[in-house]
Amino acid sequence: MVPKSISLTHLKAIFFLALSLPALWLGWQWVLLLGAHPHNLGVNPVEMTNRFLGDTALRVLLITLAITPLRDLTGYAPLSRLRRMAGLFAFFYVCLHLTSYLGLDLFFNLAKLWKDIVKRTYITLGMSAFALLVPLALTSTRGALQRLGPRRWARLHSLIYPAAILAVVHHVFMAKGFQIMPLVHGAILFFLLGWRLVKWQRKNAAQKGNRISNNS
Amino acid sequence: MLIRRPPPYALKESEVTSPSAYLRRREFLAAFIAAGGTLALPNATLAKQAAKRDYAPLAAAKTDYTVNDPLTPWDALTSYNNYYEFGTGKDDPAKKAHKLITKPWTVTVEGEADKTGTYALEDLIDYNALEERIYRHRCVEAWSMVIPWVGVPLAGVLKKFEPNSRAKYVQFFTKYSRKEMPGTFWPVLKWPYREGLRMDEALNPLPFLAVGVYGRVLPNQNGAPLRLVVPWKYGYKSIKSIERIRFTQTMPETSWNQSNAREYGFYSNVNPLVEHPRWSQASERVIGPQTGFAGALARRDTEMFNGYGDAVASLYAGMDLRKNH
Repeated sequence: MVPKSISLTHLKAIFFLALSLPALWLGWQWVLLLGAHPHNLGVNPVEMTNRFLGDTALRVLLITLAITPLRDLTGYAPLSRLRRMAGLFAFFYVCLHLTSYLGLDLFFNLAKLWKDIVKRTYITLGMSAFALLVPLALTSTRGALQRLGPRRWARLHSLIYPAAILAVVHHVFMAKGFQIMPLVHGAILFFLLGWRLVKWQRKNAAQKGNRISNNS
Repeated sequence: MLIRRPPPYALKESEVTSPSAYLRRREFLAAFIAAGGTLALPNATLAKQAAKRDYAPLAAAKTDYTVNDPLTPWDALTSYNNYYEFGTGKDDPAKKAHKLITKPWTVTVEGEADKTGTYALEDLIDYNALEERIYRHRCVEAWSMVIPWVGVPLAGVLKKFEPNSRAKYVQFFTKYSRKEMPGTFWPVLKWPYREGLRMDEALNPLPFLAVGVYGRVLPNQNGAPLRLVVPWKYGYKSIKSIERIRFTQTMPETSWNQSNAREYGFYSNVNPLVEHPRWSQASERVIGPQTGFAGALARRDTEMFNGYGDAVASLYAGMDLRKNH
């Protein structure tokens, strides 16, 4: 349990720092590389960077989706206040992942990008996941929530579910041979989405039950 | 009298960083970051770097087989490997391949040949006739290296087994040991790893059986103690740690083809015109020898048959290389 003495501000600060660490580490490694110092990016730094950012983006997306189940399990309500930050961090890493692929792999050749998108299934999937996350990032402000109204806002933001599914399938499709990590990500997502499905079903059943008892 | 009440946020004198320490803050910061980087993320540089001097030197005659490009450094070619028996990460082989027992080593020869049986490595390879060949190595993942192999031509070794007239293909198998090869716990590919060549391909002068690299015995992650090198084909054809050779009448199974026939054909000749379904093969990332930003982005155009067309193109005369990819 989180002790009461840790305020929401502290919790947010710790969470912010934790989610920044991968970017800070990677940035530092690139500083070392550019200065021709020993670094930890290996002998194929572009591949390493792409994979590191892709893995991080997907994992932060899964962390975002894990917050609600974790709140339900612990009963610690302030956890939900971390969701926006987590979601925006996931989008941040998705953007970096896309930028590294576009810049370091394709040298910003947009014709090549388009060819990849229409031709290669795993890139089509990855780009679709990105496209679904853009409106969520844009409407992450309090103002946007008020303008849209909570109901429509919530419906829009349920796009995170298909986006996460697309991201996991993107990872599965790009692996060579039968690999375990993409499936582990898939299993975690399956659990996180299953949790919600069960919750909604219970809620619906309870509401139905209420209606029936009210009518009688 | 002035009574100074320190505000609650004020530091006590004893807590103030000493000027000498303050002046060394960059060292602390660097050490902290170095420690953090080392602890937080498992990495290639962490893997005990295979020191060249730890590997026994091998005497090898120089040959005309060379490449007009700088060699890939030892550190790069021993730390960045695809050897899925030790895991699917590029740094897994460097970290885990030390578990592989390479002494004693035997190779079992079977199938369509007169001199089948089990041979000790030393009886198979004439260590007094080793030569050095510098070959291009092109991975199907679109990266490449330039590697000074030490070994003997494959053709000479195969002829010792006196393959009969029914021998149309030759198949190779990697050692398969659950205990020594932790990556085989998962069915990433069909184990034991297997590869094959058509007999005329195998008897071409280019295919090479390597027992060393850079004038030293092979590190395990590079396929010790005996590996194939087929420079005009994608890297996965160059099977590592060979334990079994089989001459066959029909086209043999190959692990990557069994895993995904659409993506990996039997021939697997390097061909910039035939795309892998998931990525282009038109160019390749050059691993090493440059460092820094230029090294990270270094690329070259992929050549047909990896630049060995003069020696091997005739093997495929009249064949549709898109269909027989």
